[in-house]
Amino acid sequence: MNYFLEIFLGGLTRGSIYALIALGYTMVYGIIELINFAHGEIYMIGAFTALIVASVLTLLGFNTLSVFILALVLAVIYSCCYAFTMEKIAYKPLRQAPRLSALISAIGMSLFLQNYVLLAQTSDFLPFPRLIPDFDFMEPYAHIITTQEAVILITTAIFMTILTIFIKFTRMGKAMRATSQDKVMAALTGIDVNRVISFTFIVGAAAAAVGGVLIASHIGMINFYIGFIAGIKAFVAAVLGGIGSIPGAVLGSFVLGWTESFCTGYVSSDYEDVFAFLFLVLILIFRPAGILGRSESNKV
Amino acid sequence: MLKISDVKTYYGNIQALKGINVEIAQGEIITLIGANGAGKTTTLMSVSGIVPPRSGDIFFEGNPITGLKPHEIVELGICQVPEGRHIFPYLTVLENLDMGAFLRKDADGVRQDRDYVFSLFPILANRRHQAGGTLSGGEQQMLAISRALMARPRLLLMDEPSLGLAPLIVRQIFGIIKKINEESRTTIFLVEQNANLALKIAHRGYVMENGRITQTDTAADLLNNEDVRKAYLGV
Ligand SMILES: Nc1ncnc2c1ncn2[C@@H]1O[C@H](COP(=O)(O)OP(=O)(O)OP(=O)(O)O)[C@@H](O)[C@H]1O
Ligand SMILES: [Mg+2]
Repeated sequence: MNYFLEIFLGGLTRGSIYALIALGYTMVYGIIELINFAHGEIYMIGAFTALIVASVLTLLGFNTLSVFILALVLAVIYSCCYAFTMEKIAYKPLRQAPRLSALISAIGMSLFLQNYVLLAQTSDFLPFPRLIPDFDFMEPYAHIITTQEAVILITTAIFMTILTIFIKFTRMGKAMRATSQDKVMAALTGIDVNRVISFTFIVGAAAAAVGGVLIASHIGMINFYIGFIAGIKAFVAAVLGGIGSIPGAVLGSFVLGWTESFCTGYVSSDYEDVFAFLFLVLILIFRPAGILGRSESNKV
Repeated sequence: MLKISDVKTYYGNIQALKGINVEIAQGEIITLIGANGAGKTTTLMSVSGIVPPRSGDIFFEGNPITGLKPHEIVELGICQVPEGRHIFPYLTVLENLDMGAFLRKDADGVRQDRDYVFSLFPILANRRHQAGGTLSGGEQQMLAISRALMARPRLLLMDEPSLGLAPLIVRQIFGIIKKINEESRTTIFLVEQNANLALKIAHRGYVMENGRITQTDTAADLLNNEDVRKAYLGV
């Protein structure tokens, strides 16, 4: 039973990270129907920023908690700046162009950012410090869930709750929903559509950066390629749940996380990706728009 | 109040407006009639800034608005009920109305206006928690008009409000357009293919063909005009 629980929680943790990244894919798709291939790179840049900030602050003698918080906050800010600039440079000029052009621009952006980090850093895996200390009171449960995993779960839950409330009740949240349903009409009601789009990229980047920092600290090493791998998985999760839908992205992420972790736990980690993609194909055969996807174009 | 001066608008290489001139005074109902593809929708979209003109100028109360963003134009008090209604399908009736009041800060006034549009269209009050996409065509048109009214527009642009509706509902909606104009002194620029009805409630009218204005006159005279009767009134 404990083993089952451990695997269940492990899957939930993975799912949380996928969900934090998948949010960016699904929200951006919901607003401008673009698969932002460079989104995974934002997550990777978040992790690298945290690594640099954490290294410097540790040298300067800051304590663990303040290192964690500062690294997280700066990673979020830096990633958001990247996403904001990326949208303005690579996507906004192509807003009226055929879909394929924007998609190719996104792939170009992804390769550019990977290679830029590869040159600026190195292709080797770099050790990532443990930003989240093991709390003593967690000790009795350590065989089921580690402090790291608990922090990941709680942070994700908080982030999702705030986001849900934000989208439901705030002015910007309503503007995002309206824009995702009908861009022309949104503009005709006085919404600054460009601002909504920028804002969507920023929220997605913030979520991805949080995910990047948490998982890097959990796994303990990063390189320039982690964004690509995690990005693909999160993208699969978003499609699984129904791309464009936020609850869908979260649900798809948990389904993917559990599929992988149960496969690793009961079969073999070698087959984890095989099962994950098999599952994706099966779900899409029966529900082509994803688990919670709507066949037309509503999203947020 | 609104002056459209030698406006030329393109979609890529296709020229949809070939230099049009329209003037609307405060408090008027002006109708623009014309066949399919004449450029009526393009005219309204040019005014709203959705399809900005390539040349020419548009003035609102004497100030140029050419080149402003759509949301800035709404801020000035120009609202549009677009062709095909464009209801937000997954927002409820109430949420759709709130979107109309997006730029307003006076919560009390918004509440009053909500009651006002419910008094114009009582059926919407019964459907207030229903998703916009599940309303009937007529109800959606009522909602689209109500949503625009929620912004307290000074100039209301309406694109074929009669499209696809039963004659009874069309008459009801035209009655309300007249009422809005008379009670709130809202200036109305009404695009219609139902020239007969439109000319009956309008003060003046413009006739459009192939991206050009070919005639303009008082509504009464256009109704009696031989060419107009042949081409647009089917008599
Ligand atoms: N998005 C677009 N891309 C290219 N051409 C367009 C576009 N929208 C309209 N046009 C063209 O511009 C011309 C004017 O179209 P517009 O929609 O303004 O006509 P309309 O008078 O509103 O017609 P209808 O009564 O059918 O609504 C047409 O020839 C149309 O084919
Ligand atoms: Mg039209």
